[in-house]
Amino acid sequence: MNVAIIARLTLREAVRRKVILGVVVLSLAFVALYAVGFHLFRENYLSIEARRAARPDAGPAPSYAVSASAMVLLGLYTVNFLTGIMTIFAAVGTVAGEIEAGTLDAIVPKPIGRWQIIAGKYLGFAIMLSIYIALMVLGVTLTSHVVGHYAPPHLLHGTLLVILVSMILLSLTFLGSTLFSTMTNGVIVFMLYGVAVTGGLVEQLGTALNSNTMVHIGIGSSILLPSDSMWRLASYVVQPSLAISFIGPNPLGTTTPPSELAVRYAIAYCIVLLVSSVLVFQRRDL
Amino acid sequence: MSQTVSQPPIIDAVPVSTEPAIELKSLRKVYGKNVAVDDLSLSVDYGEVFGFLGPNGAGKTTSIKMLMGLVYPTSGRARLLGRPLGDRQARKQIGYLPELFRFHEWLTGSEFLDLHGQLYGMSSAARAKRIPEVLALVDLSAEAHRKLRTYSKGMQQRIGLAQSLLNNPRLVFLDEPTSALDPLGRRDVRAILSRLHHEGVTIFLNSHLLSEVELSSDRVAIIDRGRVAAVGRVEDLLSRDLMVEFRLGPITPETIAELGELLHIECVTDGDHTLISARTSNEETVAMAVDLLSRNGVKVYGVMPERRSLEDVFVDVVSPTRDGGR
Repeated sequence: MNVAIIARLTLREAVRRKVILGVVVLSLAFVALYAVGFHLFRENYLSIEARRAARPDAGPAPSYAVSASAMVLLGLYTVNFLTGIMTIFAAVGTVAGEIEAGTLDAIVPKPIGRWQIIAGKYLGFAIMLSIYIALMVLGVTLTSHVVGHYAPPHLLHGTLLVILVSMILLSLTFLGSTLFSTMTNGVIVFMLYGVAVTGGLVEQLGTALNSNTMVHIGIGSSILLPSDSMWRLASYVVQPSLAISFIGPNPLGTTTPPSELAVRYAIAYCIVLLVSSVLVFQRRDL
Repeated sequence: MSQTVSQPPIIDAVPVSTEPAIELKSLRKVYGKNVAVDDLSLSVDYGEVFGFLGPNGAGKTTSIKMLMGLVYPTSGRARLLGRPLGDRQARKQIGYLPELFRFHEWLTGSEFLDLHGQLYGMSSAARAKRIPEVLALVDLSAEAHRKLRTYSKGMQQRIGLAQSLLNNPRLVFLDEPTSALDPLGRRDVRAILSRLHHEGVTIFLNSHLLSEVELSSDRVAIIDRGRVAAVGRVEDLLSRDLMVEFRLGPITPETIAELGELLHIECVTDGDHTLISARTSNEETVAMAVDLLSRNGVKVYGVMPERRSLEDVFVDVVSPTRDGGR
């Protein structure tokens, strides 16, 4: 009950502070641009293919799905990146900011547990971000379907993994927000996010160059913050295997998907960080 | 606000209990090397209005924050309404107006009260009944649907006070409840406090406005450097050191010396009349002094007790222990 009150308050704040409005407007703009891009890509692809097929030495046609899949990957990567940034920005001050503003002074003495405040806030953000991710994935895949005449596989699985990426970042941001000031937390979380993204790139590069050291650096960064490795798994899931082997190691995807164990690690990571936020907040002087 | 006195009582029957409403035993809070509250012991009875005074940095707000569960004591213990700190049953019956009345400014006044009513576990029916009552009490009924962002500081403080009374509390902690109010607003808050007092609500009032505390409180504690420097009924603290000025006819040095055995003589001024200022801790000695003077044939034209204010007591209690300005 108390958790629900705080969750509702968190959602209401996002609406009232026009966070939602800004995000919706920009997201619609993104989907519109994406649709135009996908349309132009398809026109271009078809005209090149027509010219190629007209040549006397033309071999069998390459699969359209490979190219369309790359477009979908680009769209989903953008969704993943935007929600990652949004997660951090939305939650960076969720506890620290309220301590700084003094708004918790009237909330904490109420007959509720401190853990309920953290749980309620987390629930509020989780609902908001999950709905947002689901809508954005829907936008990208509807575009792909209607404009690009291509339907990517395993969308639900991929969407859940992108939501997991967002939850990983949310848990990290929550822990930071109970430990540090808003600004310090923002700096730390963004640096870690950068490390994870770069680590993922290094790992892909290492796979392409057969460098074990680089692959190990990537694995290390995904232990520190498994957001990027879960994105790569998502990218692997939503591409047909033909496209994966054709494109090979690349900045946005992977040819060597993280294992089931990595997924369990990521889920455990969320839980441990969230429980730690509660424990830190329980003991903290306000 | 002052017109609302004829409203139904703010709180129904308050059960009587023999144990204190607030009990602090050797409460201590240390931040690193900085001792915020040293050793605070206090007891406040049910139905009392208790004034909590002290210079800036004496540990007043830290003490209240410890009682409200915002800050954890380093050592010592405290009980509110007979229950340990943080007890949810006790919290349901406690109201609190924080010093920095900063609330979620994107809520309207009535949404804000509805949120806090929910946090108190009040049913929607109870909230629908109670919210208009507290809004009327603090004279904000007309502003209920405006965002808190648009409220003046005084209005924010009043809505905060309304918030602290939502649950019909048995015990209310008010941290500087009138700091942002003009004289009229202060008078209105005093009227609310006196109404709550009549209804048996225990009020713990932290204010640096001494006249305010003097007017509203039954008992006060003056704390300095995280300890209780003085505590007692307001009248007792005010009369603890009684200043009396005697306006007398001619008087011999011997009589003055005899008078000096009864009272502590501060100064003697000769003029048309001899003026003697004296200090005593016991009212009886004044009567004995008048007796002595008339026995010795000294004409007594006037005996004027000098009414001390809480400010005088405060300065007396706090100053000697301080090392100059900080």
